Amino acid sequence: MRGIVKQFPGVRALDGIDLEVTAGEVHCLLGQNGAGKSTLIKTLSGAHQPDAGQIHWQGEEVRLPNPQAALHHGIATIYQELDLVDGLTVAENIYLGHERTRWGLTARADAATSAAALLHRLGHPEMSPAKEVGRLSAAGKQIVSMARALSHDARLIVMDEPSAVLDQEEVGRLFGVIRELAAQGIAIVYISHRLEEIREIGDRITVLKDGRTVATGLDVADTPTPDIIRLMTGRSIDYVFPERGAVPDPATAPVLEVSGLTRRKEFTDISFAVRPGEIVGLAGLVGSGRSEILETVYGARRASAGTVRVEGRELPPGRVGAAMAAGIGFCPEERKSQALLLHDPVYRNISLASLARFTRRGFLDADGERNAAAEHTRALDVRPTGVERAVNTLSGGNQQKVVLARWLLRGCKVLLLDEPTRGVDVGARSEIYTLIRDLAAQGIAVVMVSSEIEEVIGLADRVLVVSDGRIVSDGPADEIDEHGVLDLVMEGDVA
Amino acid sequence: MSAQTKTGVPEGGGEAAKNAGGMAAPADRAGEPRDGSRRSGPLAGLMSGSAGHLLGLVIALLLLCLIGLVTAGDRFADFDNMMTILRLASVIGVISVGMTFVITGGGIDLSVGAIVALASVWATTLATQTMGADIHWIVMVTTALLVGAGCGLVNGVLIAYGKMAPFIATLAMLAAARGLAEIISDKKTQVVTERGLVDFFGGEVLGIPVLVIVFALVAAGAWVLLNRTAFGRRTLAVGGNPEAARLAGINVKRHTAILYVLLGVACGIAAVLLLARTTAGTSTHGGLYELEAIAAVVIGGTLLSGGRGTIVGTVFGVLIFTTLTNVFTLNNLDTSTQAVAKGAIIVAAVLLQQRVAARNGTGG
Repeated sequence: MRGIVKQFPGVRALDGIDLEVTAGEVHCLLGQNGAGKSTLIKTLSGAHQPDAGQIHWQGEEVRLPNPQAALHHGIATIYQELDLVDGLTVAENIYLGHERTRWGLTARADAATSAAALLHRLGHPEMSPAKEVGRLSAAGKQIVSMARALSHDARLIVMDEPSAVLDQEEVGRLFGVIRELAAQGIAIVYISHRLEEIREIGDRITVLKDGRTVATGLDVADTPTPDIIRLMTGRSIDYVFPERGAVPDPATAPVLEVSGLTRRKEFTDISFAVRPGEIVGLAGLVGSGRSEILETVYGARRASAGTVRVEGRELPPGRVGAAMAAGIGFCPEERKSQALLLHDPVYRNISLASLARFTRRGFLDADGERNAAAEHTRALDVRPTGVERAVNTLSGGNQQKVVLARWLLRGCKVLLLDEPTRGVDVGARSEIYTLIRDLAAQGIAVVMVSSEIEEVIGLADRVLVVSDGRIVSDGPADEIDEHGVLDLVMEGDVA
Repeated sequence: MSAQTKTGVPEGGGEAAKNAGGMAAPADRAGEPRDGSRRSGPLAGLMSGSAGHLLGLVIALLLLCLIGLVTAGDRFADFDNMMTILRLASVIGVISVGMTFVITGGGIDLSVGAIVALASVWATTLATQTMGADIHWIVMVTTALLVGAGCGLVNGVLIAYGKMAPFIATLAMLAAARGLAEIISDKKTQVVTERGLVDFFGGEVLGIPVLVIVFALVAAGAWVLLNRTAFGRRTLAVGGNPEAARLAGINVKRHTAILYVLLGVACGIAAVLLLARTTAGTSTHGGLYELEAIAAVVIGGTLLSGGRGTIVGTVFGVLIFTTLTNVFTLNNLDTSTQAVAKGAIIVAAVLLQQRVAARNGTGG
């Protein structure tokens, strides 16, 4: 096995990027949204063509005119949205595009055997090659994608934020697989927003910023986390979380009261109350029911039992309109698919929940909409400015601000935030944190859900730990730490 | 830095395409997406949708007129001939305008032709006409509109609340409505005996056929509804991202159902216009109207996948088709040749649309 060397000096949109990956290493690619990570890996996978610069593969200069050429060389890419066909089986997906054939017919048994061998190599011998991919979990799909990469005899596997859809346990298993592959001499390029993961899995780091390499080939072990953050953001972040405000007076009447809320097979007997100005965080693993709880409070799902009250008045179950009218706002987990009209201008996305207000004698007052939207984008510092801009041209953090602006424009008493910093880079995160704090300081009751326990503890006044669809702990945030939450999560229904 | 304009509409197709010239200008930073240049001025306010695309439609229509002038001369340029074109355009035009709403809202309706047939038959049954003779021909008009609205409601409820695929639900309506029209009429042509209806809708005001005036009013009303009201904005949202619309408090199901009812009413109006033009109701009315309407909407620039729609584009799409028919007829070319030409136009328009969309797309 010869050392694998790849270089990209100077690529358009990528303003001169150098990257060198050697066999058997896990090389982490870091950078904020828009730093050029996606473009870089698309160039590497043959989806984009560089305008300048060279790619060297195993010592020789190569051109990758299309993804097939990259695969042929042994470079496989696993994208964030996995490109699997749900209706086909595991084996069919692994050999999609290069089916095992005999006399022009698919050799199904053959494919099944070799697929099973690949899954075994990945440490998942329990997965059946005959299973339909649509029935697998996100983690299972991840494994199928990796098996597909291996089926191409990949020597380099690029993984774009593989952990984004996995819970902590699944991430741990994925890391086991990655280490195994690296030990077999396969090079891995690993992209993630989560710095702690990189610390755990990475050998070396390359940091991108504004389409340039700001640092490359750094040894993970020798580089402290604050240094990495500084490289990524160009500034040092000492306090990631803003200071807590004054704790709301316990005598204040709660604005949101949830009691006995139950949805069959999702969560059971959820009760909590939130006072104006208070931030309540729901911590728990993916699949613990946290997102479902928020959606049910908002009326997007219908509760099978229990009540939701806003200012003492009970909401009819399963009615988003009623929840909104009572003053609840909701920023869903999947910003792009659940919250935004991606190709529409910013102002239309902001005014979507308040159209009635801009209606004058049956007609929409578009100027009024624009002005009101501009006011809120200015207040939230949405960049780049301009409310006519299509919202998909904004970065994740700014898109999140647009969703927040929608509810601020409408005006709400309760704000439900599901994963408010998902897909938001480190620099913009602290802005979102400050924003949420400010909203609470203005008297809005906030309920937030996050996969990152640290985020919940750092931001919330009170932390509810959700495990297996039940609240297993409810207490002030400063009386619990990450380990405490993890222990509770693991104990599950014992409590 | 962003070109903020008061009246500008996003997606200045033509200019953005010209300026971009490639994927991204070299000066652009990866972190700062380029600012799509926008058209400004009052004209842009009138053109919802891509201005570049609209320009293409105008050029196509002018080109067709030029061909008409060259090949048929004065017979084409005649005022009466112009009115003939518009009169032809009015029936399919009203349907296409309604179809624009359904498609923008993320749906499709294959049953429009059948609904027109059913409405035309129901409005001309002996009972309806007798009642109309006793009271007023407005009874016939009301019947046609109610039949249209009723069919649209069935479509809408099946699709929105019954969770059926629009293609399937309206395919069923296509079969059922035409079958019902055959049953009611016993497959016979029912002549309009109540002259009041024909006299009114077949007449002229200030030299302009009432059919054309009705079409113009429907189109103008639809433009306002789509571009200047909350209803229109919600239609775009429902078609563009139904889940986001729902979570923003829009009653997506009810809205979807209403869109089909609107289109049903449009079919009812079209049936009345058709009755006035042909002076008869029959179960064979409206054949292939669904294809013509969908084609006009799509070449007009409305996205078949929903979320973006243009009434002005649809009107141009209809005019292009009817002018084409007229030019062919004046030159004694048969309908088969016309069909081939229409097919070619649809392909060309969609290919062009995709290229413009690809150039406007930001990719990242």
